[in-house]
Amino acid sequence: MQIIAYLIPISLFLGGLGLGAFFWALRAHQFEDPEGDARRILNEDWDDRPKP
Amino acid sequence: MGAEMQMRPAACPACAVAPSAEALADAEAPKDARLFLSLPTIHCAACISAVERALNGTEGVRNARVNLTLKRVAVEAEPAVTADRLVGVLEAIGYEAHELDPGVIAATATDKAGRDILMRIAVSGFAMMNVMLLSVAVWSGAADATRDLFHWVSAMIALPTIVFAAQPFFRNAFAVLRHGRLNMDVPISLAIALAAGMSLYETARHGPHAYFDAALSLTFFLLAGRYLDHRTRAVARSAAEELAALEVPRAQRRTASGEETVPIAEIAVGDVVLVRPGARVPVDGIVAEGQSEIDRSLLTGESLPAFAGPGMALSAGEVNLTGPLAMTVTAAGQDSSLHRMADLVAIAESSKNRYTSLADRAARIYAPGVHLLALAAFLAWLWISGGDIRLALNIAVAVLIITCPCALGLAVPAVTTAASGRLFRRGLLIKDGTALERLAEVDAVVFDKTGTLTLGAPEPTNLGDHPRRDLEIALALAEGSAHPLARALAEAGRKAGLHPARVSDIREVPGYGIEGAFGGERVRFGRAAWVGAQSGAETASWLQVGARAPVGFTFADRLRPGAEAAVAGLVALGLSVRLVSGDAPGPVADLAARLGIADWQAEALPEDKAATVQALSRDGRRVLMVGDGLNDTAALAAAHVSISPASALDAARVASDIVLLGKDLSTLSGAVTTARKATRRIRENFAISALYNLIAVPIALVGLATPLAAALAMSASSITVSLNALRVR
Repeated sequence: MQIIAYLIPISLFLGGLGLGAFFWALRAHQFEDPEGDARRILNEDWDDRPKP
Repeated sequence: MGAEMQMRPAACPACAVAPSAEALADAEAPKDARLFLSLPTIHCAACISAVERALNGTEGVRNARVNLTLKRVAVEAEPAVTADRLVGVLEAIGYEAHELDPGVIAATATDKAGRDILMRIAVSGFAMMNVMLLSVAVWSGAADATRDLFHWVSAMIALPTIVFAAQPFFRNAFAVLRHGRLNMDVPISLAIALAAGMSLYETARHGPHAYFDAALSLTFFLLAGRYLDHRTRAVARSAAEELAALEVPRAQRRTASGEETVPIAEIAVGDVVLVRPGARVPVDGIVAEGQSEIDRSLLTGESLPAFAGPGMALSAGEVNLTGPLAMTVTAAGQDSSLHRMADLVAIAESSKNRYTSLADRAARIYAPGVHLLALAAFLAWLWISGGDIRLALNIAVAVLIITCPCALGLAVPAVTTAASGRLFRRGLLIKDGTALERLAEVDAVVFDKTGTLTLGAPEPTNLGDHPRRDLEIALALAEGSAHPLARALAEAGRKAGLHPARVSDIREVPGYGIEGAFGGERVRFGRAAWVGAQSGAETASWLQVGARAPVGFTFADRLRPGAEAAVAGLVALGLSVRLVSGDAPGPVADLAARLGIADWQAEALPEDKAATVQALSRDGRRVLMVGDGLNDTAALAAAHVSISPASALDAARVASDIVLLGKDLSTLSGAVTTARKATRRIRENFAISALYNLIAVPIALVGLATPLAAALAMSASSITVSLNALRVR
C-alpha cells in the first residue's frame, strides 16, 4: 500500500500541472478569439519560417 | 483608459445613450492610437490574412489583429493615422468596415468577470476530479486508517478550493441576507459550507461518511451554470455595445481659424456646428446658414423629407440630406434631446425591473422550503434518537445537499444560452435576461411603420407613366444628387436599363433640387414649390422641362424584406397585429392593406403610441412593440417586451429588449416560437429537478442517504437538465 504515498502526490502534481497550463492560457488571452484561432491554422503565411 | 471607464456602460442606462465622451477625449491624447474597426462581412481564414496584410502594409500602422469571433480588428498605430483612412484601405480590398468608438467597446474588450468564473470552474473541476477519485476508493470499501487518510487528503484539497471557488455564492448570499431576503444563493452557500464543515468534523471523528466530493461537484456544476448565464449576457452586451460604438459622438465645430472635430460633450450653447449632407444632427440648434432637406423619420415617423433653411429648428437625431448646414447650438448636454432620450430610457428600465423571472419565482418558493425541510429533519431526528446531535445534523446536511438546487442552477441558464444562441445565429440579439420569457407570453403585436415595417428608403412607383425622354432627363439629374429620392430614382432607372440624357451644367440647389440644361432648355428636378407644381398627399419629386408643366414622380417607402412573412407568421401564431404610425393616413393605409393589417392608426404622436400600448396592457394583453424611432421609445418602454431593428436610434435600441441585427423581419415569428419553446423547456427542467427531489428527499429524510447516493442524484439531474436544454437548438 506504500505505493499510495507516491501515487497520490504524483496524481495531484500532474493535475496541478494541467491546472497551471489552463491558467497560463487564460492569462495569455488564448480564449479571446476561439473562432479566429481555429481558422488561422489554415493560413499559409509564415508556414516556411516563423513570424519575425 | 482605466477601471472607471470599464464600469461606465453598466453604471446607468443613460450612459449607453450618451457614450462616454470624456473617455473619447482621453483616447485622442497624442500617444499611440488604438483604433477598432467593425468588419461585418469577414468570415474566413483568407479574410483574416487579407485584412491584416492590408492594414499592416499601411503607413503608420504598428500592428493589426483581427478577432473573428467579435468580427472586428484592433489596430495600433501612430497618432496621425485616422480610422477613416483605414476604412478606405479595407474598402479598397473589398471589406466593409466601420469605425467603433473605443470608449464604448473597451468594457467588453477583456471579459474580466468571465475569466474570473472560468478560473474558479477550473480550480473546482480539478479538485472535484481528484476528490472523486479518492471517494471512489472509499465507496468501494476502503476502511479504517486508509479511509481516514483518504478523507484527510480530500479535506486538504476541498477546503481551500471551496474557499476560493465558491466565493461568488457566499458573497451573493451574504449580500442578500443583509437585506433580509432570500435567493437561490442562500441554500447553495448553506449546503456547500455545511457539507464541508460537517465532513471535516466527521473526518476528525473517524466517521464513515464525508461529503467533500458533493460540496465540490455542487460548486463545479453551479459555477458552470453561472458561466453560461454570464456568457449569454456578455455576448449580448458586446454586440449591443458594438451597435452603440458604431456612432462615434463627434461634431464639427466652427472656430475663428476654421473648423475642428470635437466630442459632443464639449459643445456648448452658442457654438456654431457644421452638419454635412448625409450626417446626423449631433445636438439641438437653429439653422444659421445653408439650405437643405432633413429626414425626420427616426424622430417622428414622417417618411417625407422636410425643408430646412435659416431660422429653422433642428433636433439631435435628424439626418441632413442635401446641402451643408451651419447651426447655432441651442441646447447641449443635459438640456438637449439626448437627455430627454435618457429620461425615457430610465423610465423603460425601471418598468422592466418589475418583471420577476421564472428562476426568481422558483427560488422564492424553493429556498424557504428547503431550509424548513432540513430544520424539520434535524428536529425530528433529534427527538427520535433522543438527543444525538451528530446524527441529526448529519441527516439535515444530507437533506440540504440532496435538495440543493444544482439542477435548478442549470435549469434556466442552460436553456437561455441554447435559445439565445439559436436566435443570435438568426440575427436576433437578446439584450435582457428575462426577454425570452416575456416574449413567450406575448399575445398582441404593435408595429411602427417607417424604418420598421419599411426600410425608410423610397422607391419610385409611377415610372411607367412617363415618356422615355422625361425619364432619361430625370435620371441624368437624379444621378447628380445624394438625396434619397434622387438616389432611389437613379437606382430604379439603371435597373430598368435607361441611359441618362446628356444634360449639361448640372448643379444641386440645396433644399430644392437639381437643375441643368438640356437642348438649350432649363431642366429642373426637385420640390413641388420650386418647379411651380401643386404638392399632393404622396411623396413626390417633380420634373420640369423648359416652360412646360411639371410632371410628378411619386415614391413609396420600400417594404422591409420579410415584413409580409413576419406579419403572416405572427397572425398564424394567434397574435393580434396592429400598426401605429406617425406618418400621414395615406401611406399608412396603403401599407396596412399591403400587409393585411386590418387595425391601423395614423398620425400618432409619441404619447398616442404609448397610450395604445398601455390601453392594450390594461385589457390584460401582453404587448410586443416593434419600433425604431425616438417617437416609439415611450411605447417600447411601456410594452411587455420590445424589439427594434439595428438601424434604430440609440434610445430606441436601449429601450428595447431585443435587437434585430439583420434587415430581414421574417425571423420575428420564429423568435416567438423559440421563446415559447424555451419557456416550456425551463418549466420541464424545473419539473425534472422536482422529480429527482421527490425521490431523493425521502431517502435522505429516513437517514439512508450516503455520499454516493448524493453524487449520483446530483450528476444525474444536472446532466438530464442540460440535455433537455439542448433540445431548444
